[in-house]
Amino acid sequence: MGNLYTSTTFMEHSSHPDYKYEMAAPTHTHDGINPSCGDELTLSLRVEDGVVEEAAFTGHGCAISQASADIMAELITGESVEEAKRLSALFLAMIRGEELSEDDFEDLDEAAQLKDISHMPARVKCAELAWRTLDGMLAE
Amino acid sequence: MIDTENVTCDTCTAPSEFIFDASDEISRGWPRVDIDINPFKGDFPLLSQHPEIAFLDSGATAQRPACVLEAQKRFYETMNANPLRGLYSLSVEATEAIARVRAQIAGLIGAVDERGRARANEIVFCRNASEALNIVAKGFAPHVLEPGDEVVISIMEHHSNLIPWQQVCRETGAKLVYLYPTKTGRITDEEIAAKIGSKTKIVSCGHISNVLGVENPIAKLAAAAHANGAYMVVDAAQSIPHMALDVNALDADFLAFSAHKALGPMGVGVLWGRHELLDATDPVYTGGEMIDSVTEQDAVWAPVPEKFEAGTQDAAGIYATGTALDYLVDRVGYETVREREAALVHYAMSRMVELPYVDIIGSIYWDQHHGAISFNVRGIHPHDVASIMDMDGVCIRAGHHCAQPLLTWLGVENLACCRLSVAFYNDKHDIDQFIESLDHVWHVFNG
Repeated sequence: MGNLYTSTTFMEHSSHPDYKYEMAAPTHTHDGINPSCGDELTLSLRVEDGVVEEAAFTGHGCAISQASADIMAELITGESVEEAKRLSALFLAMIRGEELSEDDFEDLDEAAQLKDISHMPARVKCAELAWRTLDGMLAE
Repeated sequence: MIDTENVTCDTCTAPSEFIFDASDEISRGWPRVDIDINPFKGDFPLLSQHPEIAFLDSGATAQRPACVLEAQKRFYETMNANPLRGLYSLSVEATEAIARVRAQIAGLIGAVDERGRARANEIVFCRNASEALNIVAKGFAPHVLEPGDEVVISIMEHHSNLIPWQQVCRETGAKLVYLYPTKTGRITDEEIAAKIGSKTKIVSCGHISNVLGVENPIAKLAAAAHANGAYMVVDAAQSIPHMALDVNALDADFLAFSAHKALGPMGVGVLWGRHELLDATDPVYTGGEMIDSVTEQDAVWAPVPEKFEAGTQDAAGIYATGTALDYLVDRVGYETVREREAALVHYAMSRMVELPYVDIIGSIYWDQHHGAISFNVRGIHPHDVASIMDMDGVCIRAGHHCAQPLLTWLGVENLACCRLSVAFYNDKHDIDQFIESLDHVWHVFNG
């Protein structure tokens, strides 16, 4: 946990999120909130032929919720909807403290940096927000 | 000297406009205790074994002195038996141990008869202050509330003194009315007169706000309640660790607190009520030990307080609560508690206002913060602040502090803030560590 705030990647995603903007023509939007933290997030996707062509988010929250959303948007851009679902399930399993293989961590790429959040129960919801929102959206 | 009463501070989240005037402080008197010296830390195993930790979250739960931990152990080692039930001497001893604590607490809060004898049967043991307040809201309030009646609470309430009233109002058709303080946290006489009237049947208020640290004018609220034939309920969870309580001076009808905020074990709560009111209160839980007689279709309740204490109580916890209150009141003493906490709060606030990126929430005056200072760091979410401070061994609370309506009303961003809360066992080093860590937090995000 201690390393998270000193990680340049993490702080960069949190302070300068590339994927935090209002999307012009989303095919899907979904809101997610963490009532206990006041984190609010709107996730937008442009899905064409079963592929996530564009992912973006708006809203506000703590550094962990913001960085996690930005990392997720970057990760799923260009992936199929099915792959996005798989990655989301992997991420949520990791945050819940389940064992993941080396390959899984590789697939999660930068999102794997958030692994240590599983030791911070109070921050799990922050890290999960964007991913749970994605899950909710794709389930519909 | 600045007149505290007339300072209008509509800048809860904008500290640049806060006035923290040294000349004013002098006129209010400086705390004189030397907080460099800490004669108490050694009494607390967790604190003395972890000198790297600055525990500044006593508003959430206090640390326990060794004597309390030993008392809990002693109960199980020397007098363990189920109180009330057994006819053998061990059980009798356990029963007597609990009876002694009942009398001790009654005496401590001024629940005594005209000859000064403790009215021990006015002390009900339960799990925590929340449960105590639920007993009043669920067992007593329905008897006095009719549709259109009003229950008055303040916007500063902890959820434990808020949701039970929401529930009972919904069930009875009564209306829940809020007292709003000035932005410095003061409930004015005008506000009391405007909100407490002929429709008021119950007034329930926290003695000290767990967020703002301000002491509420309980005696004035009680006078207004009683003038209108209403009852006064006091949530003393945040005051018992800091000050002597007297139910007569407060003019209260019911009073609730948790042991764990006053150095006692977790899982023990106390409800005090005037005997005739407890008598009129229905038990919320039923079952073992709370009856006089049971037939196939009916049961007769035991007298107060046993009728509220269904099932086996945390006897060891209650026994250790007695030890905790002995330590707090007799070994340390409320005067020492007050002096040390005042000095700690004064020092912390004077350092915090030097940091341009810290916004103090609530009163600008140190003597209005009974152990608690809520604040935010500009542009940084409170949860990030607390997580980074944790890396520096500094324990603070961050979030909505179980007071969402208050944070909504204050307009605090993210509906969350940080809170540092001190106890007499803290010292200057803890505050210095906290200030250094604040600087660290700022630089993680701002280079």
